[in-house]
Order: sequence, then C-alpha cells, then structure tokens
Amino acid sequence: MSAIELAGLFLYFLVLSFLAIGGAPSVLPEVHRYVVEVNAWMTSAQFAELFSLAQIAPGPNVMYIPLIGWQIAGMTGAAATLIAFIVPSLSLTVLIAKLYERHPKAAFGIAIRRGLAPITIGLIFSSAWVLLPAVNADWRGYAITALTLVVLVRTKLNPLWLFVVGAGAGLAGVLQ
Amino acid sequence: MFVQLSLPVERVHTSPMPNDASEPRVSALDLFLTFSRITLSSFGGALFWSRRALVEQHGWLTEQEFVEMVSLAQLLPGGNGVNLAVLVGHRFAGWRGAAASIAGFLGAPCLVIAALAFLHHRYGELPLVHASLTGMSAVAVGLLLAMAARMLVVLRRSVAPWTFVALTFIGVGVMRWPFLAVVGVLAPFAIAAAWKDKL
Repeated sequence: MSAIELAGLFLYFLVLSFLAIGGAPSVLPEVHRYVVEVNAWMTSAQFAELFSLAQIAPGPNVMYIPLIGWQIAGMTGAAATLIAFIVPSLSLTVLIAKLYERHPKAAFGIAIRRGLAPITIGLIFSSAWVLLPAVNADWRGYAITALTLVVLVRTKLNPLWLFVVGAGAGLAGVLQ
Repeated sequence: MFVQLSLPVERVHTSPMPNDASEPRVSALDLFLTFSRITLSSFGGALFWSRRALVEQHGWLTEQEFVEMVSLAQLLPGGNGVNLAVLVGHRFAGWRGAAASIAGFLGAPCLVIAALAFLHHRYGELPLVHASLTGMSAVAVGLLLAMAARMLVVLRRSVAPWTFVALTFIGVGVMRWPFLAVVGVLAPFAIAAAWKDKL
C-alpha cells in the first residue's frame, strides 16, 4: 500500500471517529461498505472473520478496527486505523468530561442522548444485518446466531461459553 | 464554561465535588491497574466488568454516578468502554488519570490483538481453525443482535423513537447508504423529537 493510500485510510478513520456515536459497532456497516464494497481490500467473509476474532479476544469491541487495518496494510495499517479512530473522540471526551463535572444534568445533553439512542440501536441492527450473510452459509449458521440471541437476552450466561459452542459446532462439521 | 478557573489545576481535579468529603482518593497507578484488569476480563464488551470493578469492588462510583457516566460515554463518539475509562480517569486524577486509564484499558488488548493477527495470518487457512472460526462468527453476530435487543428497553413507548430505529436500519443496513448521509439527516430530527417529547 502506498503512502498516499495509507494517508487516505488514516483520514477516513479520523473522520469516522467523530461520527461513531454508540461506539465502534455502530460504524461497522460503514467500515464494511468502505473496505469491502468500495475498495475491495478484502472479502465480506474475511471482514466477518476479523470481527469475530476481535469479539473473542478480551478487550473493548473497538479492537476490530486495528484488525481490519492490519489486514489492509499490516502493522502500520493497524496502528494508523486505531490511532485515527481513538484519538479525536478521546480528546472530545476529555473536553466534555470537564463540562460534565460542572453541569451533570444539562437539559440539552439529555435531549441529545435520548434522541440519538434510537439511531444507535438502528445502527447496531444494521451491523448484524450486514454481517449475517457473510457469516452464515445456510440455516444452520442462522440457527446458532438465533440461539446466541435468545440465550443472551434471556440469561446472564457469559458469552464466552457460546463461543465455545459455536467453535464446537464448526469443528463438528455442522456448518458447511 | 470553557474559561479556566483561577484555581490551580491540581485542586480542581482532585475535588470536583467540594461538598462531598467522602470522595475516594484514586491515583493514576490505581487507575492503570484497575482498567488493565477490567479489560482483560472483558469478553463480549467491557461495561459489565467495569461496573463490577468500579462500583462493587472498589466503590469509587455510586450506582447512580456509574449510570450517568455510561450514558455520557455512549453519547460521545468513539468506543464506549474507552470513553468510560477516560471519564473515570479524568474525574479522579485529571489528565494523568485519563492517560493512565486509557493505557491500562488498551495496552493489553493491543498485545492480544497483535498475537491474534499473527496467528490468524499463519494458521487462519487451516481447515480446523477455519471451521471453528465460522462457528464463532455466527455467535459474534448473535452477540451484536442481543446487544441491540437489550438496548431497545430504554426506548419510550411512543412512535417516534421506534420510527428512528426502523429508518436507520433501512437506510444503513438494508439500503447500504453511506452512514454520514443517513445519520446526518436523521439525527437532527431525532434530537428535536426527543426535546419536544420531554417538554
């Protein structure tokens, strides 16, 4: 990857950083559009696999972003995407932290928070919608996804156990 | 509001609530160690483990303070867990606290992710690895769906919020329109609706 392309990647995630209301999962459809559909840096299946790797690893869910960067441009790509995605929003957070410590109950803050909540939720559903066909080849994959959804909504089971079940189903040759 | 107070910076940070004498004393090192521990136990999202450590184990925050900080972390752009680490760190130890929290929160996961990237590059094509990853991917999407489904409970029982969930999903998910266009158009209306709803 050339230096100019790398700079473009950096700038893209820099802009995305300010827009990522609701966190890293809500920009997933946009990241997918950019790296898979617009630039064809990887297939949809590769994208989904990297996202899953980040979900399995301990740590915040923002970590799928450096993995995508790494797939595009190695360690440089990982560092560029993570720094670009984290630093601008963090600076904003520190600024807002100062305001918040002085005015914890400002009315406009409440309206913005309530107003953006539905959009955040819609974005996370979109992320799942974009990943579903990339991840699941047939009904058996969808069944595992559905099982995960039901168990996590109904119980307080640690999601790690579901990953064990998923890996087991994959190894047993149930999928594909 | 942006004007710096004439007090020394140190004092502003160590006593954000002058009327609260029981404010716990937390050093940058405490913050670094605690957030390292939180992040390394965070499978499938950090909020659950953050609450456990910050509210239950250390008692640095009350339940109410924690909920407010999480709402703020979610409102701000960027990773929710990362934002929460910065808010908590800044509150107890200013800039140094924010830096220490973020270093703790991201340091170990960066190493883990680098190791995973290496292993995936090396062994990702092996049939057994690929098969188990396929199964785990199906679970990872279920995790996203469950997160969104759980968040639905905070919505009010009125038409507007549910309409915005649906419009966002159709625009970004189904139609695959650019994020910026969809959110840029919907966000002002959504905020205005929430503002009106409140009055």
